[in-house]
Amino acid sequence: MDVLGIARWQFGITTVYHFLMVPLTIGLSVLVAAMQTRWVRTGDTRYLAMTRFWGKLLLVNFAMGVVTGLVQEFQFGMNWSAYSRFVGDVFGAPLAMEGLIAFFIESTFLGLWIFGWDRLPRGVHLTCIWLVAVANFASAYFILAANSWMQHPVGVALVNGKPQLTSIWALLTNNTLLAASSHTLLGCLSVGGTFLICISFWHLARKHRSAPADHPERRVWFTSLRWGAWVGLVAFAGLAISGDFQGKLMFEQQPMKMAAAEALCNTEQPASFSVFAIGNVAQPDCESVKTLDVPALLSFLAKGDFSAQVPGVQQLIPEYQAKYGTNYPDDPALGALAGRPIDYVPDLPVTYWGFRLMIGFGGLAALAAAIALWFTRKGRFPDNRWTASPWVHRLSLLAITTPFLANVTGWIFTEMGRQPFVVAPNPTGVSGLFLYTADGVSPGVSAGEMLTSLIAFLLLYGVLAVIEVLVMARYVRGGLAGDLPPDPPDPTDSTDSTGATPGSEESDALSFAY
Amino acid sequence: MDLPDFWFGVITLFWLGYLFLEGFDFGVGMLLPVLGRADVDRRVMVNTIGPVWDGNEVWLVVAAGATFAAFPDWYADLFSGSYLILLVVLLALIGRGVAFEYRGKVDSERWRRTWDRVIMAGSWLPTLGIGALLATTVIGLPMDAQGDRIGAWWSILRPETALGALGVAGFALLHGAVFLTLKTEGEISRRARRIGLRLAPVALLPMFALLLDVQLREGHGWTWVSLGVAGLAGLVGAQRLAAGREGQAFGALGLFIAAAVLTLFGALYPDVLPSTVDSAHNSLTVQGAASSHYTLTVMTWLAAFGAPVVLLYQGWTYWVFRKRIGTKHIPAAH
Repeated sequence: MDVLGIARWQFGITTVYHFLMVPLTIGLSVLVAAMQTRWVRTGDTRYLAMTRFWGKLLLVNFAMGVVTGLVQEFQFGMNWSAYSRFVGDVFGAPLAMEGLIAFFIESTFLGLWIFGWDRLPRGVHLTCIWLVAVANFASAYFILAANSWMQHPVGVALVNGKPQLTSIWALLTNNTLLAASSHTLLGCLSVGGTFLICISFWHLARKHRSAPADHPERRVWFTSLRWGAWVGLVAFAGLAISGDFQGKLMFEQQPMKMAAAEALCNTEQPASFSVFAIGNVAQPDCESVKTLDVPALLSFLAKGDFSAQVPGVQQLIPEYQAKYGTNYPDDPALGALAGRPIDYVPDLPVTYWGFRLMIGFGGLAALAAAIALWFTRKGRFPDNRWTASPWVHRLSLLAITTPFLANVTGWIFTEMGRQPFVVAPNPTGVSGLFLYTADGVSPGVSAGEMLTSLIAFLLLYGVLAVIEVLVMARYVRGGLAGDLPPDPPDPTDSTDSTGATPGSEESDALSFAY
Repeated sequence: MDLPDFWFGVITLFWLGYLFLEGFDFGVGMLLPVLGRADVDRRVMVNTIGPVWDGNEVWLVVAAGATFAAFPDWYADLFSGSYLILLVVLLALIGRGVAFEYRGKVDSERWRRTWDRVIMAGSWLPTLGIGALLATTVIGLPMDAQGDRIGAWWSILRPETALGALGVAGFALLHGAVFLTLKTEGEISRRARRIGLRLAPVALLPMFALLLDVQLREGHGWTWVSLGVAGLAGLVGAQRLAAGREGQAFGALGLFIAAAVLTLFGALYPDVLPSTVDSAHNSLTVQGAASSHYTLTVMTWLAAFGAPVVLLYQGWTYWVFRKRIGTKHIPAAH
């Protein structure tokens, strides 16, 4: 494999891995903040137990998100130095904003929240977790500002062959960004909601199927499940709307990506939406593929009009060649690609199936939420042979993965669909402003160095994945041990500091310590 | 002073803030197996930095991000040129961060010992690597006119690289020992003081040697002054530690690292990354590497409003967790 290939694999692997932690952190942080708010408002210990239990899982996951995020900040310079030099005037600013505005708040106030249970007044302590949640959202927004600019460069002029920022406001209100950030953040909430549903169901179904409604542990799991189900369902509705909006934008901004998403070989009017394909979609000639189509649906998805024309891959290729050239420049820095014809068609199986898997997994997560809401209506939990079945219990744990998979496949589609560009041209923007991925890789770094790096990350990330899942599983299995305060609270009991009510008299032991 | 110069100063301050803050929390991790004999001792040590280490580490992220934004070529050339050094730093920092969070999550001696080793290695390696990176940007690396490294990965290694690595490591060790005397009580505090006293005569020498080397190589008149301040602050720090005034010793060490960073970046100016090959043409300068006026203006507004707020709430965190920690404060394993 050449330097370009290794650098792309490393970016893909480390970014997908990082984005397994991020949505859970974002989704859970806002849910935990809401739980703690309910507890402070009502004094109901059910919400305290929820805050503590889900808070522990949040922390286990947060640590991994932080450390894998470091890699992201560094690898632009390490693996993509030519890209960094090209976009630096524009791309660095949102990254610096993310650090200065979001990361400092996130890390500092999370430290205060973890260790501050008995050091801070209740209101201040609650504010800490809300600041973490808001900073999480802000960090996603800023990094998506950087990514959306790569999808659709705005707010720049071309000076000496490089983009120069002319309006930070345009960058931060890029319509691509507004669509991507709402879609991504709703995806994070879907992850958080599904996480709550599945784990709560697992506990309820295994231990509390026939428990009375006022059983303290059952109340905690039941409320968690209802919260998760509502969040999951509302998030899915939002995902459908924002996804539709984002799709329509992409048909204008990156028509080839969307034609690839459909493996739409030839321009159609009206265009039908392919639900499923049998055969190899890799060939843009479409002769070997049979697909199950919904007539005219794609026209509506693309343009909001059932009779609109949607351009296909074959018709877009000459259009792209006319606009952006037919061959790569004969530059030795491009390695094997120097002087070769440019392939404007993204990897079709990846884009076609990535798009469908995203929608499918997202739909499954929504289905789980709807089922959960229906069967737990009026405060009941069904006690029958289904909820008693160990297979259903296992299935509920497996279902945790659905929104994660939707996120991952969606992002793989978005990023692979942008190829061969790393900075995609803006059809209505500055002409001549784009960068091929092949032009972005570091020229001075050897394949040996990059391969060392790729292998090292694969090994380390593999080990850490196993450890994170093991630690998470321990906490999930452990349930609410130590999270529910003794009832009624006994003020003379100072032996169990973990059950101490925050804000009470300071004891010698820390309420939390590593 | 124009905006590129101003931002060169800001990046200098980020380096300074980072080395000062993460200096002591790296030091605590480096000393973990030396000072923490029993598990509870090691927990005391880890908890002195528990609420703050992550916030300290963000200084590194922001320093990298700000360099990217204000001097894209500096970021790109230095990071791709020092590839393997940064790889080691990243791998070690990943392990370290996870280790703090996970070491107490399973109640097993073996589990905790393993994570203790990760914390120790995860503190030593980045300290050495960051020191090497600091020396590399000040001394330069073999680059062509495009800013790409000439030669294999080891072509950037020089005697100064080793001095920088040992310099930051030595500083972090001493800084961490003094920090622990201030933040712990009882036997651990006394042990930290003893090791601090033993380290004091040698710990700062490699950094001082690097300062002298850089000063003689490319220093300006005024950097003799900061160099002198660094030397003096080091001596005062050791003397105050011996006198049992750890708070003053900690302050003197802060002054030492401030004067050291000022000397290094002062001598570096007007370059940001010299080339050791055809330096007249290939070196990267403050003006040559800087982003556009507009971008730097945006960044200046951001820093002007953002940085003071960050300093305020980070300072507040240290106030909230100002109490010394001893073994009696450590709750049962969870």
